[in-house]
Amino acid sequence: MTANALIHVEDVSVLFPLYHGSSRSLKKMVVAAASGRLAQDQQQRVVVRALSNINLRLESGDRLGLVGSNGAGKTTLLRVLAGIYEPVLGRLRVRGSLNALLDPNLGMNMELTGRENILLRGLYNGLPRSALPRLEEDVADFAELSDFLDLPVRIYSAGMVVRLGFALATAIKPQILLMDEWFLAGDATFLEKARNRLEEMVRGADILVLSSHSVEIIRSWCSRALWLDQGHIVADGPAGEVLDRYLGSVPVQPVAVLA
Amino acid sequence: MEYAPRDMSSAVTTIAPAMELNLRADMTLAVRNRAAMADLAGGARLWRLAWALGWLDIRLRYRGSMLGPFWLTISTGVMVGSLGLLYSTLFKINVRDYLPFLALSQVLWGFLAALVSEACTTFTDAEGVIRSVRMPFFVFSMRTLIRNAIALGHNIAVIIVVFAVFSVWPGWEAVMAIPGLLVWVLDGLALTLLLGAFCARFRDIQPIVNSVMQIAFFMTPVIWKPDQLGASGIEKLALNPFFDLLEIVRGPILGSNIAGTTWLGAIVYSVVLWAISWAFFVRARGRVTFWI
Repeated sequence: MTANALIHVEDVSVLFPLYHGSSRSLKKMVVAAASGRLAQDQQQRVVVRALSNINLRLESGDRLGLVGSNGAGKTTLLRVLAGIYEPVLGRLRVRGSLNALLDPNLGMNMELTGRENILLRGLYNGLPRSALPRLEEDVADFAELSDFLDLPVRIYSAGMVVRLGFALATAIKPQILLMDEWFLAGDATFLEKARNRLEEMVRGADILVLSSHSVEIIRSWCSRALWLDQGHIVADGPAGEVLDRYLGSVPVQPVAVLA
Repeated sequence: MEYAPRDMSSAVTTIAPAMELNLRADMTLAVRNRAAMADLAGGARLWRLAWALGWLDIRLRYRGSMLGPFWLTISTGVMVGSLGLLYSTLFKINVRDYLPFLALSQVLWGFLAALVSEACTTFTDAEGVIRSVRMPFFVFSMRTLIRNAIALGHNIAVIIVVFAVFSVWPGWEAVMAIPGLLVWVLDGLALTLLLGAFCARFRDIQPIVNSVMQIAFFMTPVIWKPDQLGASGIEKLALNPFFDLLEIVRGPILGSNIAGTTWLGAIVYSVVLWAISWAFFVRARGRVTFWI
């Protein structure tokens, strides 16, 4: 934890190959190769450019918000920063312990009890055995499962599952915190509590990258904003400036009228 | 609000392990090789996770059944018993000679066949985790191997019961099965890396793999004995990789001599398997996430 946290993204592009139908089948590929069609097949392979030439440098103290419409590449960029998608073009350097809050139910198993799920999460994070009791206590406290802790998650109410998932995901304190917007969903009373815990985690992190549709959340939590559109960076700069431009460009959503 | 990093209060206490990532698209083969080795090393460090996941798979597969994983033992036992009576009649062999052989062969083969088949879904089964956290792929390889080793452990009861019924016990030379089992562990891990990645890319591999294993089952002395082939046939058996690999574990337990060509074959085939698996995994490692 001595070295300063750093994220350095140089000219990174991510291309998704779209495998469909015959390109998923070895048999058809072999037949195509035998009949001399493979080369043509490869050129016609459909790829989706999820991110194009992204350049980004974040150091300790940076609080970056990602804005953009659905499919702009916000989540893909978070996955790249987390080292999940390795760049197809360009270069990525990340230094510092990292926690990516992407999937609320990561590694959670409905058949296991709450306690077993907590221990499993500890193992997923490669925590030493000595850290497990503390993890268990912290998560159990926050999720308020009391007697349900030793019952299978399958019988939990939806709210309890959300609380457990949230408590698990936020139990690990990282230097670099990557967060997707789902994290701020939940019922109102829980939200208040969750917000406090998140804010504490955000304050403790050296670098925050937050993806959200909510301009308000980014305005209050982030000092810098990155506007993505169709995998390209449209704007990158102080949060206020970028968000104003972003809001200016987004047409006012017409209010749905029930016929 | 003030967001400068500061000391944390007590609520969030557990610190994430430090990491350093350096990824680039234009990696040379040497760099890719190092990345693949780092994957193996990182996965090996998470052995407790792999162990927990392997056990979990077995527990969940048999959840709600009173006997739990011992259903495995019972179904294997019934199969060995009925096949043993049928084939000892068909082959006109003494049941006392045949049944211990069959019990051992069938249990060991069952392990190999299930391992090869499940190797195909090593990475696709872990899609949710792979897409939400960076994790060494080797963890999932170990998980598949451990899950199958646990199933094998339950089936060993069948072997013990049959050996006890006919009071045939392996001698001290059974210890020589241990090097053979180590080769199995290495080969099993290689297979999960190779088939796990390959089957993520091409979804029609698993049925192909299963039919290859079906053919191999009949072509390899599992339910028939090698000496039924005659002298010239036994020589040719060394070319069958499944025979070599099966025999290095089965032979010592049955107390039969293992031909030098069998060990040679087992080692050569294992080296070839690792070479192919490694070459593929080094290239595919960074791509598997996009395939699943």
